[in-house]
Amino acid sequence: MSDGTMGAVELAAAVRSGARSARAVTEEALAAVAARDDELHCFLRVLGDEALEQADAVDAAVARGQDPGPLAGVPVGLKDNLCTRGIPTTCASRILDGWRPPYDATVVRMLRQAGAIAVGKTNMDEFAMGSSTENSAFGPTRNPHGRDRVPGGSSGGSAAAVAAGFTPIGLGSDTGGSIRQPAALCGVVGMKPTYGRVSRYGLVAFASSLDQIGPFATTVEDAALLFDVIAGHDPLDSTSLPYPSPPTFESTGAGSEGVRVGVCTDLIDGCAPDVVARVREAADALSAAGAKVEEIRIPELAYGLSAYYLIAPAEASSNLARYDGVRYGLRVDAEDAAAMNTATRTAGFGAEVKRRIMLGTYALSAGYYDAYYAQAQRVRTLVLEAFARAYASCDVLLGATAPTTAFALGEKVDDPMAMYMNDVCTIPSNLAGHPALSVPFGTGGDGLPIGVQVLAPALAEGLLFQVARVVEAAAPSPAGGAGQ
Amino acid sequence: MSEGTEPGHHARRTPGKLSPEEVVHVAALARLALTDAEVELFTAQLRTVLDHAADVAALDLSHLAPTAHPLPVANALRPDEPRPSLDREEVLAAAPSVEDNRFRVPRIGAPAP
Repeated sequence: MSDGTMGAVELAAAVRSGARSARAVTEEALAAVAARDDELHCFLRVLGDEALEQADAVDAAVARGQDPGPLAGVPVGLKDNLCTRGIPTTCASRILDGWRPPYDATVVRMLRQAGAIAVGKTNMDEFAMGSSTENSAFGPTRNPHGRDRVPGGSSGGSAAAVAAGFTPIGLGSDTGGSIRQPAALCGVVGMKPTYGRVSRYGLVAFASSLDQIGPFATTVEDAALLFDVIAGHDPLDSTSLPYPSPPTFESTGAGSEGVRVGVCTDLIDGCAPDVVARVREAADALSAAGAKVEEIRIPELAYGLSAYYLIAPAEASSNLARYDGVRYGLRVDAEDAAAMNTATRTAGFGAEVKRRIMLGTYALSAGYYDAYYAQAQRVRTLVLEAFARAYASCDVLLGATAPTTAFALGEKVDDPMAMYMNDVCTIPSNLAGHPALSVPFGTGGDGLPIGVQVLAPALAEGLLFQVARVVEAAAPSPAGGAGQ
Repeated sequence: MSEGTEPGHHARRTPGKLSPEEVVHVAALARLALTDAEVELFTAQLRTVLDHAADVAALDLSHLAPTAHPLPVANALRPDEPRPSLDREEVLAAAPSVEDNRFRVPRIGAPAP
């Protein structure tokens, strides 16, 4: 894409002013995908005609002197668990292969109203269960920074599409780190908003008390622009926060003077030495920019991983009960309804989805409910209280996003527990419902990108972007250029 | 299946080692059929995850209330007014089998004698 260096802010400004047409921008994005996505497999479906139609509508609005929206003409990749009316939405699962949703997700509708151009549905781990995008039923995505490396997951397609320069922005969903971890591994910005900030209407449910939709972008400013578009109350989501989301975009440049930053050793210990070094350097950069940086210990976070891998599968086992071959998706016929349900689910789900459904069913089953599920929910309280204590003395926390740089395709796919360990630094924010963000900060000795994680208390997205922008400005080398 | 896991038994149990029989039982509850090789593989893999969760199971957290939901949002209610809903044709078009505007399924339960 000839505009690979142009971010969403610049592109939208050019389209809004008439300097560039949305159609030309969209054609370039589609051409770049056509030329290079065979190799990367970021997209499960490219929306050529639909995208050009939407681009023409934006150009027509500009020609009429109407406001085409803050994301006018900006190409965006949509994770394939976001419902798009009449357009197949698979969750990278055979059980939904070919399903065309009868409605749009609220975020899809908001993006269209803002003038953004959805150019495709992006690859993911099946039903967002995974940390490498290798659990896609339709084949893995490759990391633009190293074709033999995973892009992270589960939102690996959206992250890699941004890293490759296909789309300046993208949407993912984050249940235990599925936006932030692939952002870190692909060298882009990825942010999980406060639970309830962004409507989940039309997001195919994985773990309903943890799932949250959020932005990918090449810059913090672009991520804030996209966040502002998708955030806000939605009456169609009963867990949507019942008040407006204050705009964040205008204040991302406010700096970190006087901001109290807690460098959370529990989110650093155990990470690869290069990752530890980059987080420490980011902390130094914040200190140099006037932040009050201190180390802080939150040992309770260590229990997050175990609690998450009981709660998320438990919720998943319930949410995925709907795939029974009756109302949509795959059906494998059998002599009676129960046998049809079993034949359909057995053929339609991949191994990781089956593992999680069984784990969740077990954790919820008679006799084990208290020992596992209820106990994990108490850990959730423990984590919430520990964060509350930390935020009494800090405004934000700093840690690693992922323990290592991008690992090799195939390296962890046969070892579920090793794969789950990727989420150890990102899970606590999901359990607490807090916002958190990964910002690229240099590379490891292997030349692959490293992300630094900024965490904030509920509703503090504005501060999160502000601090992340200071970290971004101090980053040792741009992580871009992967697509060139 | 180890003793005490029969349906309806709700007493708190101390988790032991997950058995292959329990994996088969749980799979049946979840409407999944497993091959023998899958039973062996999943038993080993799920044991590893549950072993890791032993740190959580062993904590004394009786003083803490469980959190089901991260933020204190009460029930969301709206006036009960008729509104347009999903298009019936569009919804039924996505179903594997339809008859008389209904989802069609194979027979439920045993055939009539």
